[in-house]
Amino acid sequence: MYLGEVRGTVVATVKYEGLEGKKLLLVQPVDHARKPVGSMEVAVDTVQAGVGDFVYLVGSREAALALDPWFVPVDAAIVGIVDDVDAKPFASK
Amino acid sequence: MILARVLGPVVATIKHPAFAGHTLLLCQPVDETGKAAGAEIIAVDHAQAGQGDLVLVMREGNGVRQVLKQKMAPIRSVIAAVVDHVERG
Repeated sequence: MYLGEVRGTVVATVKYEGLEGKKLLLVQPVDHARKPVGSMEVAVDTVQAGVGDFVYLVGSREAALALDPWFVPVDAAIVGIVDDVDAKPFASK
Repeated sequence: MILARVLGPVVATIKHPAFAGHTLLLCQPVDETGKAAGAEIIAVDHAQAGQGDLVLVMREGNGVRQVLKQKMAPIRSVIAAVVDHVERG
């Protein structure tokens, strides 16, 4: 799982039937300091996240497992809204 | 599995029900010398790991579901062990 920030919404009328009614959000993966890591992606929302929310996502097959029914072609799903991350940096030895 | 340093806990009240009761720890993957190597990942703790610990993170979905005994859980990474030491030949 990894951290992300919701940056927008994606609207798609023509899509695979399993995605009907599912909210698609534009998410920027970030590190604990909210610095972007890599490029933006589109994730299906399972927790009513909104634009600006600090969230965590799961990728690959587990993203599909987050939905019910699960046999849907997604590879990223928002599975939690982050309240707090308490990250203590460590010194690389 | 990969080596990682535990940065600290991730707290989320609103989340997918499969995560209920699990501790989520933010981890920084490291190489064998302890240097950061790759993006941070969040893993479910299954080894009572604490902040600053060097741990083994297992990142394969089916294995995670076996360890947590949860079928269909949308969880991909679990802390499988706390590392005592690493010796390079």
